[in-house]
Amino acid sequence: MNDVLNALFVLILTLNLFALGNGRILSVIRIVAAQGVLLGILPLLMHEHLTFPEVLSSAAAISLKGIVIPGIMAKALRDAQMKREVEPLVGLLPSTIIGALVTALAFLVFSRVDPASRSDASLIIPTSITTVLAGFILLTTRFKALSQVLGYLVLENGIYIFSLLLVEAIPLVVEMGILLDLLVSVFIVSIITNHINRAFSSLDTRRLASLKE
Amino acid sequence: MPVNLNAIAIVLMATSGIPGLFMPRASAWGQRIATCMVCLGVLAGLTGVGIGFIHPDCTIYILPWQASRGALVGIDALSAFFMVPILVMGGLGSIYGLSYWPQKRKARTAPKLQFFWGTLMAGMSLLVIGKNAMAFLLGWEIMALSAFFLISTEDDRKECRESGLVYMIATHLGTLTLFGLFVLWRYATGSFDLVPMPAAGSSVLVVNLLFFLALVGFGLKAGIMPLHFWLPGAHAAAPSHVSAILSGVMLKMGIYGLVRMLSLLPDPPALWGGLILFLGATSGLLGVVFALAQHDLKRLLAYHSVENIGIILMGLGLAMLGRSYDRPEWILLGMAGCLLHVWNHGLFKSLLFLGAGSIMHGAHTRQIDELGGLARRMPWTATLFLVGAVAICGLPPLNGFISEFLVYVGLFRTFLQPMHAASLAIVAVPALAMIGALAVACFVKVYGTVFLGLPRTQAASRAHESQATMVIPMLVLAISCLTIGFAPGLVAPVLEQAVAAWQFHPASTVDGLALTTLVPLGALGSMVLVLLAASILPALYVWSRRTVRKDVGTWDCGYARPGPRMQYTSSSFAQSLVCLFKSILKPRTHEPDIQGYSPPPSAMASHVDEVVLDRALIPGFQSFRKRLGWFNRFQQGQIQNYIFYILAALLALLATLVPFRALLASLLVS
Repeated sequence: MNDVLNALFVLILTLNLFALGNGRILSVIRIVAAQGVLLGILPLLMHEHLTFPEVLSSAAAISLKGIVIPGIMAKALRDAQMKREVEPLVGLLPSTIIGALVTALAFLVFSRVDPASRSDASLIIPTSITTVLAGFILLTTRFKALSQVLGYLVLENGIYIFSLLLVEAIPLVVEMGILLDLLVSVFIVSIITNHINRAFSSLDTRRLASLKE
Repeated sequence: MPVNLNAIAIVLMATSGIPGLFMPRASAWGQRIATCMVCLGVLAGLTGVGIGFIHPDCTIYILPWQASRGALVGIDALSAFFMVPILVMGGLGSIYGLSYWPQKRKARTAPKLQFFWGTLMAGMSLLVIGKNAMAFLLGWEIMALSAFFLISTEDDRKECRESGLVYMIATHLGTLTLFGLFVLWRYATGSFDLVPMPAAGSSVLVVNLLFFLALVGFGLKAGIMPLHFWLPGAHAAAPSHVSAILSGVMLKMGIYGLVRMLSLLPDPPALWGGLILFLGATSGLLGVVFALAQHDLKRLLAYHSVENIGIILMGLGLAMLGRSYDRPEWILLGMAGCLLHVWNHGLFKSLLFLGAGSIMHGAHTRQIDELGGLARRMPWTATLFLVGAVAICGLPPLNGFISEFLVYVGLFRTFLQPMHAASLAIVAVPALAMIGALAVACFVKVYGTVFLGLPRTQAASRAHESQATMVIPMLVLAISCLTIGFAPGLVAPVLEQAVAAWQFHPASTVDGLALTTLVPLGALGSMVLVLLAASILPALYVWSRRTVRKDVGTWDCGYARPGPRMQYTSSSFAQSLVCLFKSILKPRTHEPDIQGYSPPPSAMASHVDEVVLDRALIPGFQSFRKRLGWFNRFQQGQIQNYIFYILAALLALLATLVPFRALLASLLVS
């Protein structure tokens, strides 16, 4: 069981790097969706005794992160008629390298921090920190509105991984609430994307700065 | 019972604008419903206030609200006293708005105005009956925000937006100070309840700090001289009935806060009274001097508000001196003058602003120099404006005289005790006299230029009288002014009760005194009547023997064919006085450069800056911005940058978690 878990964590880390290094937004959407599905599987593996609500929450997470949210975003992308993140602040290769460095650093520093309750998943904390930081890198270096949403999703995935440590403590309602939040925010951003596109004839969030006083 | 009625009034007023928000724009019913609800609320509230006066020891509501453990609202004579102008002016202004700001012509802004009018009144009423800092602040903020939306009613005009912004900054500064005040109050007394502070065990430093915080926080709202900078612009930009309630009533909420706070603080040092007296005299003098130099009717009236707040503060300062030196007659006279002037200013200033609104409604301008000869075209407005003008000047037959007279008598009484430190207060008497004289000059200028002579522009010559719904509120206000002026004995018991309610420390020292024994109010009334008869009878005689009238210009140096352009303008009338105060006013003249023997037509203009705003605050903030321009690099409005800041902060915080030493050791040793 432990080996499977660790393999999944490594897969998640690899997906982070793929997301950082891919220029096509549609591919990034798919990568993030795959990451979301993996995250949905994780709690199923970590519990010894599965209860019905847990299965339900996993199923909801998988269907939302793997199907509904990517679907909405892909539709927004089609409507906006745009394929690539043209000019990221930091190039694709450099950001991959930064991502790798961050991963190494996180493992160096946090693999020694003892996960208080669980000894079976020593990779949880470094993976979660790395994923959060990858989300931040996406957020700070990409300018298109949709890429930003993807950054938020990766960031949220990182937080989700961290919450696996507390899996007994977090009640189902909270988890469902977070999922709902996510769905609504993606929904709204997809609508806003359309509006930004029409108003500025571009999806560049830097254009929004012209709205400030 | 009285509190119940007032609660009903507050709910009615607060919700009065809501139906209008959901009505179709073309329908006038939203406005009518709102006015009806406000008037019903006013009736309920006035009944409550009346009962509150008769039974001063009233019930107090305790609501299950976490923030306030003790009493939330309650009504005593002082609250009831300040409730009256809110209710009277709110109701009258609402009726006035029916034809001044009708739904039919102002479809976009009228529902908004109705709604915030109701919330403004509700906020002020809540503040006045609040017996707890939380209820007080709640009312205060509702009032402040509603006033902001009312000032920027015409948000498509740049002037209104700017004035609204300046007001917003000023009122938030005030609220910030009040937060500080009440936090300190909680620290000093252990609760948010507004009950008198025990004299024993309160540190001098804390009490003084409370006083100065109250002075600044409430002074910003009341418009005491250096803190008045938001006032002229806001009052000029708002619709006239809004200006009337802002100037006539909302400024008084600052006075109410100060009066209430001072009544709760124990053992005032003489410095407080002296400072308030000094600030009052300064505000009064500078206010009227600046008013003289204005060309805009509503700005002029706004500066007169500063002047009248000064007179109110002079009364309050005298009362505080009375408390410091334990002189019940100073307290009674000063406080009665202060409170009565609160009512009076509410009445005549509202009347004048409504009159100004009527002029704008008829002639479509508020520049004094573009008007003229309106007395013939708007007889009702002209007569009622005259009543207001005489009242604001403090001239005998009207109410302004009575309250100023009380302050005069009180100030003279400080001199009865020779070689007393408080005798210095006597210097306020010439200041008050000078304020009165300058106010007369100012209103002679206004009345002469606006209502007499010949119309200066086409618009003024086509002016028309306003509808009955606009004239009747003005008429009611004018009759109230006359009533207080002729029968001041009527308000004496009310004043005595309000002063007694103010006087917590030391309890009931004014009980043995009566206002009528200190000032011959009854005789004053009859004297006024005799004076009036003596002046009116000859006037009637002359009028009955009048010959045929025709439109002629004012006498202007014997020119053969006088025209409207040869009349005295408001600027030329005031010029000698403006020159006298040149050092304070610093008028700026834009003179044309005339060259050659037959120069082309040219024009000149002059104006006076708002002293605090234009010469201190705006340049100050501009240099502030210039010096801190480098900070703009961090504040660019780009979300990526902000996320980067969050990331940096997060990493910095995480770094504190990392066991660096153990890490280094493990890296180097193993």
